[in-house]
Amino acid sequence: MNVSQHMSDKARKHLKSRYAKERRFRFYGLSAVLFAIASLGWLLLSLFATGLTAFQEHYVTLEAEMTVSAFAPPDQRSVETLRIADYKSIVENAIEAKFPDVRTAGEKDLLFALISESGATDHLRKRVVRNPDIIGSKIVMTVPTSDQVDQLLKGHIDRNVPEARRQISDQQILWLDDLRARGAIKKKFNSILFFNPDSRDPELAGIASAAVGSVMIVIIAFILALPIGVGAAIYLDEFAPRNRLRDWVEININNLAAVPSIIFGLLGLAVFINIFGFQRSIPLVGGMVLALRAFPTIVIATRAALRSVSPAMVDGALSLGASHVQAVFQQKVPQAMPGILTGSIVSMALVLGETAPLLMIGMVAFVTEIPTTVTDPATALPVQIFLWSESPERAWSERTAAAILILLAILMTMNALAIWLRSRLGKRR
Amino acid sequence: MTDKIKFKCRNVRVQYGDLEALHGIDIDIADRGVTAFIGPSGCGKSTFLRAFNRMNETIGGAKFSGQILMDGEDIYDPSLDPVLLRARVGMVFQKPNPFPKSIYDNVAYGPRIHGLTETQAELDSLVEKSLRRAGLWEEVKDRLTEQGTDLSGGQQQRLVIARAIAISPEVILMDEPASALDPIATARLEALIEELKTRYCIIIVTHSMAQAARVSDKTAFFYEGDLIEYDDTEKIFTNPDNQRTQDYITGRTG
Amino acid sequence: MRDQSTHIVSGYDNDLKSLTHALTELGTLVSEMVDGAMRAFKKRDSVLAEKIIARDSDANKRQHKIDEDVQRIIALRNPVAQDLRRIIGATRIAADLERVGDLAEGIAKRALLLNEEPRIDMSKSVYRMGKQVRKQLSGALDTLLKEDAISALHYWQADSDIDDLYNSIFRELVTVMMGDPRTIPACAELLFVAKNLERIGDHATNICEAIYFTAKADQLINDPSLAPMMQDPGVRKTL
Repeated sequence: MNVSQHMSDKARKHLKSRYAKERRFRFYGLSAVLFAIASLGWLLLSLFATGLTAFQEHYVTLEAEMTVSAFAPPDQRSVETLRIADYKSIVENAIEAKFPDVRTAGEKDLLFALISESGATDHLRKRVVRNPDIIGSKIVMTVPTSDQVDQLLKGHIDRNVPEARRQISDQQILWLDDLRARGAIKKKFNSILFFNPDSRDPELAGIASAAVGSVMIVIIAFILALPIGVGAAIYLDEFAPRNRLRDWVEININNLAAVPSIIFGLLGLAVFINIFGFQRSIPLVGGMVLALRAFPTIVIATRAALRSVSPAMVDGALSLGASHVQAVFQQKVPQAMPGILTGSIVSMALVLGETAPLLMIGMVAFVTEIPTTVTDPATALPVQIFLWSESPERAWSERTAAAILILLAILMTMNALAIWLRSRLGKRR
Repeated sequence: MTDKIKFKCRNVRVQYGDLEALHGIDIDIADRGVTAFIGPSGCGKSTFLRAFNRMNETIGGAKFSGQILMDGEDIYDPSLDPVLLRARVGMVFQKPNPFPKSIYDNVAYGPRIHGLTETQAELDSLVEKSLRRAGLWEEVKDRLTEQGTDLSGGQQQRLVIARAIAISPEVILMDEPASALDPIATARLEALIEELKTRYCIIIVTHSMAQAARVSDKTAFFYEGDLIEYDDTEKIFTNPDNQRTQDYITGRTG
Repeated sequence: MRDQSTHIVSGYDNDLKSLTHALTELGTLVSEMVDGAMRAFKKRDSVLAEKIIARDSDANKRQHKIDEDVQRIIALRNPVAQDLRRIIGATRIAADLERVGDLAEGIAKRALLLNEEPRIDMSKSVYRMGKQVRKQLSGALDTLLKEDAISALHYWQADSDIDDLYNSIFRELVTVMMGDPRTIPACAELLFVAKNLERIGDHATNICEAIYFTAKADQLINDPSLAPMMQDPGVRKTL
């Protein structure tokens, strides 16, 4: 009988080695994916491990005697005078009232260091300005503990370490345990992190000013880059005469996408600030610079989206007597919209994560006010993270990780939005 | 069928860059009935078809010379806007290309851009009339708001025809309209062509010789950019004069 | 046949080739039957006559086979133009050849009957007519192989000679029968043989017409070379 050559031993052996090759390839692919997942997992895990505790903070509850003598006389009371009242002594009295035994000035300082000085005085100031009637009465206040105390209570500072090697003394730990035993210390959700502007004190530092700055920058970049980018892409693809100038422009736009982002910062510094005379550190300039950064990405994404629309759609419209512009804007652009929006959102995510150009235009300023207009000095989330990461205290590294987690969450939300938009709009075709 | 001539083509040449796709075609196309263009791939039949509504111009680098007279009027006259020409010469493509809009909006697209109707009621009745004429009304009348792209391939192709009919063209060009359809959908399409040919001048490019034989009254055989033979379809498929035609339709290498 | 080997699909070529082959075989078979029948007639060979009669069923079978082949080719290959004409021609020719086989069988049967009658002189005339008819038939079959319209036209025209021959034999036989009534049974059989030969000639012309149609896509009687003849009302009537 004639055995088929495909059933011979040689063929079987060859098949075996073919399968072996395929298995190896699949193994490499799988390993690469697993490695990527593991790296990402490790990154997230370390961020969560460091940052998760920053979403809660310890507060101490005190009773404060709003002594009249700390304030200006009633006839001179105005918002200004109320602001500059001697809140520090009220706070000192309040904490000392908890520990009547403490006498010496040195001990008092140590005791006072348990709570966040600025946090406590700011708290009182706000309450008094809002309602001056509380002057002279006794009020209950809940104020943040100092960052060292917070870290100790979270277990980040080891009590067993010799006193000399930690920034918190044995005496302070005793007082703290006492306070805790009396129920004066509570752990609460750290709203300060979200709603406060930046601060020198980690326990009072928040991302609010940076977040608002980022939002402003992204909105400005979006308003500038989207229409210009989409318009340029449509013009280049559909209407520009096919000549060398067009090719040259096209090549340059593609190259622009590959330019290191710090160059855009330099450009912004030279053009917007030095020539046009804009202020430094303002979201308007940041937005304009990052619009330049986003522009080539939007052009490329838009052109890819336009090209993915079947030319049959344009042909169909043209064959019905539509003009070229009608065919493009009534058929091609609407169908490319999901792709265009996806590309735009991705480019906005890029803008949101951009740091280097903002450093160039001075958006590294220490901003303790939440900006209200686009010409107020502001900073951006990634810059804020950069700033915090440079501070050595344990409390800062915790907050840095938390801010990174927040930024990541926002980026993921934007990407999810892009995916949702694409599938949502894509379904309608 | 009348003997009136719709298109009179003289020495039609189309060049893409240095390449001449058509080497001077002379042909007269009747005012009613179906004319089929057949020939192997790259013979220039589609290029020639696209010359009738100046769709070649949408491809950069296509150069036309010669003359195509439509009812005695030169369609390549510089003063004639191709947009208006295309309103008179509709086109159906190889792959059904309904817009990703509702069935209603697909058909209403042409009338809307040309401002053919004044009121919504007029537009409604025009859409219905067009869909009826394309033999699709009964199948879609209850779902006019559904996406045109959700229809089957054959229905999509008839929707595209309805869309073309809606602007009352005089001519319908069809570029391999059944190549993406199954035999039943093809038969429906051919039945529709049979019906439409009493009202319109239809020119159809097809790779299926059987289809050309079934639907057309006249057949033109193209080969390498030349019109080899043009005659009654019956003559072409029973006893063509030219050996090349004979070889092509009988499936010989020639 | 011309062009047959150049179809892109070689299976199509093979189908057409085997169709032509089957047709040629049928043609060979029936012309052998005609030859054999005429030999049996001349040599008064009853054994040979029986053999010829037996072969007719083979001819019928071959014709049915050709019909089936044609049906299959039309269904599967969608033939057009020349191919279609060739296939239609093949069915017509096969039918004609099958009839020729029947007529040869008829001649063989008459030969058996004639063997029981005394030999008469007229047999020689009929045999000569037979020779003429055989030439006509083999000419038609040659034409089929060459698919040659001019040759077809030639043999088609030659049929009138056979008709003339038949008419004169008919007249002679009537005269003989009138002269000697005892020869009537033999002469009647001879008349049948002559009639069959004349019919075979007619089928040969039918074959020529089919070949002409295959080659030229037109009826043979419309050939321009026949135009002068067609002007003659007398000729038109006989067609």
